[in-house]
Amino acid sequence: MTSETFQPQDHLISILVRDEPRVLTRITALFGRRGYNIRSLSVGNTEHPGVSRMTIVVSGDRGVVEQAIKQLEKLHDVVRIIDHSLEKYVDREMVLVKVSLTPETRVEVRQIAEDFRSRIVDVGRHALTFEVTGDEGKITAFIEQMRPFGILETMRTGRVALTRGSNADIPTQVYSGDSAALTPAVEPREEKARGVPNLF
Amino acid sequence: MGQSNGPGDSRREMNGAGALWATLANHGITTVFGYPGGAIMPVYDALTFYPEVRHVLARHEQGAIHAAEGWAKATGEIGVCIATSGPGATNLVTGLADAMLDSVPLLAITGNVARHLMGTDAFQEADITGITLPITKHNYVVREVSELPRVIAEAIRIARSGRPGPVLVDIPKDIQLAAFAGEIPVPHARPEAPQPLPEVVARAQELLRSAQRPVMMLGGGTVDAAPELTALARAWDIPVITTLMGLGSFPSSDPLWLGMPGMHGSVAANRAISEADVLLGIGLRFDDRVTGRVNGFAPKASIIHVDLDAAEIGKIVRTHLPVRSDAREAALALTEGAQKLERPEWRAQIEEWKSRTVMPEHWGAGYAVKAVVDRLEPDDILSSDVGQHQMLAAQLARFEKPRRWINSGGLGTMGFGFPAAIGAGMAEPGVRSVVIAGDGGFQMTLQELATLKMYDIRNVKICIINNSFLGMVRQWQELFHEKRYSEVWLGDSNPDFVKLAEAYNVPGYRASNAEELPAAIDAWLNDPHSALLEVVVPNEHGVFPMVPAGAALYEMIETEAKAVSAEPTTSPTTAAATEEAKRA
Repeated sequence: MTSETFQPQDHLISILVRDEPRVLTRITALFGRRGYNIRSLSVGNTEHPGVSRMTIVVSGDRGVVEQAIKQLEKLHDVVRIIDHSLEKYVDREMVLVKVSLTPETRVEVRQIAEDFRSRIVDVGRHALTFEVTGDEGKITAFIEQMRPFGILETMRTGRVALTRGSNADIPTQVYSGDSAALTPAVEPREEKARGVPNLF
Repeated sequence: MGQSNGPGDSRREMNGAGALWATLANHGITTVFGYPGGAIMPVYDALTFYPEVRHVLARHEQGAIHAAEGWAKATGEIGVCIATSGPGATNLVTGLADAMLDSVPLLAITGNVARHLMGTDAFQEADITGITLPITKHNYVVREVSELPRVIAEAIRIARSGRPGPVLVDIPKDIQLAAFAGEIPVPHARPEAPQPLPEVVARAQELLRSAQRPVMMLGGGTVDAAPELTALARAWDIPVITTLMGLGSFPSSDPLWLGMPGMHGSVAANRAISEADVLLGIGLRFDDRVTGRVNGFAPKASIIHVDLDAAEIGKIVRTHLPVRSDAREAALALTEGAQKLERPEWRAQIEEWKSRTVMPEHWGAGYAVKAVVDRLEPDDILSSDVGQHQMLAAQLARFEKPRRWINSGGLGTMGFGFPAAIGAGMAEPGVRSVVIAGDGGFQMTLQELATLKMYDIRNVKICIINNSFLGMVRQWQELFHEKRYSEVWLGDSNPDFVKLAEAYNVPGYRASNAEELPAAIDAWLNDPHSALLEVVVPNEHGVFPMVPAGAALYEMIETEAKAVSAEPTTSPTTAAATEEAKRA
C-alpha cells in the first residue's frame, strides 16, 4: 500500500505551515517561479491550532525535489518538511466517480464497485456515484475498470500521507497550541531540517 | 500602557503610527527614506513627534528604496524605506527585487487602504503583498494594531538574519490610526552564525593540501568576513578571485588577487577557474554572469562551496564538498592548521595570465573611468549604475576594504547608482561617495539631484560617462546582431548634463578629451559641495575581456581587436552565444 504504484519521477512530501493568510500562495508561487511541477496538492488543518499540513506530489528528478525542499525550507511560514521517500509512510487518496448506467450494466458495475470496497454515495436513474479511498494504484485501477461503462465525472482529492509509526511529525513539546508561541519554539533550523537529505 | 504619541506630547494616546516609529527608534534606526501619500499620512503625522528619526524625502519611491539599499550596503545595517499604498508601493518593486537578488537587509513599510476597503479596488489600492511575494524574503499585512510593533520587530529580524533580504510590512490606514496600548519591543538577539562541521572542515583542508592549482572565489556573502578570509588565503597561499559582489573582500593590492571572474572578468581569474583543480567558493551563488556556460565552468576542479543558504549549494554547479556555514566561521576553521605549500608552476602560470591585463591607454570610457577611480582613497565609497561603466569600474578600481563598492549586481538595475550613492553618502557623511553612471541610467533617477540640495549633502560626487548610447546593449548589438543598433542612440536627445545639474543647484563640470580630464576631475572632487562631472567619450567603445553569453569562461574574448576579427557567425561557439544573446 505504499510506493509500488509510484511513478519514478514523483516524490511525496508533507509541508507543515503556519496557518497565515496567503501561505498557500506562497508555497505554490515558489513552485511556479522555480519551475517545479506539482502533480497533486492537498491541504488541511492539523491537530495543532495555527498549523496546516500540505501533502504535495512533486514531479522531477531527485535534484529538483532536493532543491524544492531547500527553497521551501527558507519560507518563514514553513514549520517543517517531511520527505516521505526517507521513511515508511501511509498514503491515501479519495475519488468520487460518476458512472453511467443502463439496465444491462447495472449489476456488473455494482459488482466491480463491491470488489473495490467502494461506497455508493449517490444513486440516480442513469448513473451511480462511487466513493473510493485507497492508494493511487487502486484508484487508477478502479477508474480503468469503470471506464468502459462510461464515466461522466470524476473528482480526486489528491494524496494525503502520514509517516508510519508512533512518532508525530510535530513533536508535541514544540507546541503550546497558540501560534504566537510557535515562532521561537521551532526556530532552530536543525529542527526544521529533519527529513531533508542532509549534505552537511 | 498609555504612552504618549511622542516625546513631549501628552495630548494624544499613542496610535499604530506612533508605535511604528517607537519600534523603529528602539531598533536604533536613525534614518528612513520615503515619500508620503494618502494611505500613509498617519505615519507621516506621527513622525513629527519622533525627531530622533530623520526622514529623507526622495523625489520618487524608487530613489528612496535605492538610497535605503545604498545605506545598507555601505554600513551593513538595515535600510528602511516608506511609501504610500498603490502607486507608491508599486514604485518600490524594482528596489525590492534588487535587494532580494543582492541579499540587502531592507525594511519596506507601505500604507494601504483601510481594512474595510481592502479587496474592493479602492482608490490607490494595490495588493502589494501579493505583488511582492516572490521578491521579498517575507512580507506581512498587519491585521491588528496590537500586532504592529511585534511584526515590525520580527520583520527587522528576518531582514537581518541569516542571508539578509528585503521584508515588506503593509499597514492599513485604520491600523495606523487605531489606539495602541501595548509594549514597544526591543530588538531580537542576533542568532548565532552557523559553523562548519569539523569533519567537513577536515575534508576541505585535505582537498586544499593536495591541490596543485587551487583558487578561492569570494562572493557578496563574504563582505563582513574580509579580514578572516584574507588571513585564510595568505595562510594557504591560495590565489583569490572576488566576484562583482565580493570586490573589497580581499585587498586588490595583494599579489594573490586575480580580479573579478565571469562575463567581464579578468583573464587571470577566468583562466585560473578553468584550470584550477580545487575551487573554494565562499558566499557566492554562481550566477550565470559568473559561471558562463555551466558545464564548462571549472571543468577540472573539485568544488568546495561554503554558503549560509543551503538552497544555494548545488543549485547551479555540481558541488564536491558542500559546507553550510557562515563565511567568517568557515574562514576561521579552515585557517587553523593551514599549510603554506609551494606551487611555483601554478604561480608562474598565474603571473603570466595577470600580465595579459590590458589597461586603457587611449581616450575612451575605460580611460575616463580609470582616471576617476585612480583618484579614489581607500575609504571612499564607489557606487556605479549598470552598464559598460559599471564593468569598467569593477575592472579598473582597486578595493582595499569591503563595503566600499556599491552596485546592483544580481538585478542589474539601471537608475540604481545615483540614489544608492546618496544613501551611502548620508550613512557616512565623512567620506566621499562617488558614483559612476552612464548617460542612460542616470536619466532614470536624476530627479534625486533635488535631494542633495534639500539635505545639504556635500559628499556625493556624480560622474557621468556619456557615450550617447545605451552602451552595453549597443556592444551586444555590435557583436551579436551585426551592428543593427536598434533603439540605443541617445545622443540627439540627451540633456546638457552640466546645465541640468546647475538647474538643481549642483555644480557641474565637463571634460571631452584626455587633456581636459585631470583638471576637471580636480575641480569636481575639490568642490566643497556635491558635484557632477560629465565626461564625453567616443560612442563605440566596448568592454573587454568578454565572455559571450552562453560561452564557457575559457572561450573569453580577451581584447577588442580579437572581438572585431572574430565575426559573430564564424565559429560554432559564437553562433551559440548569439542564440543565447537573442534569448537573453
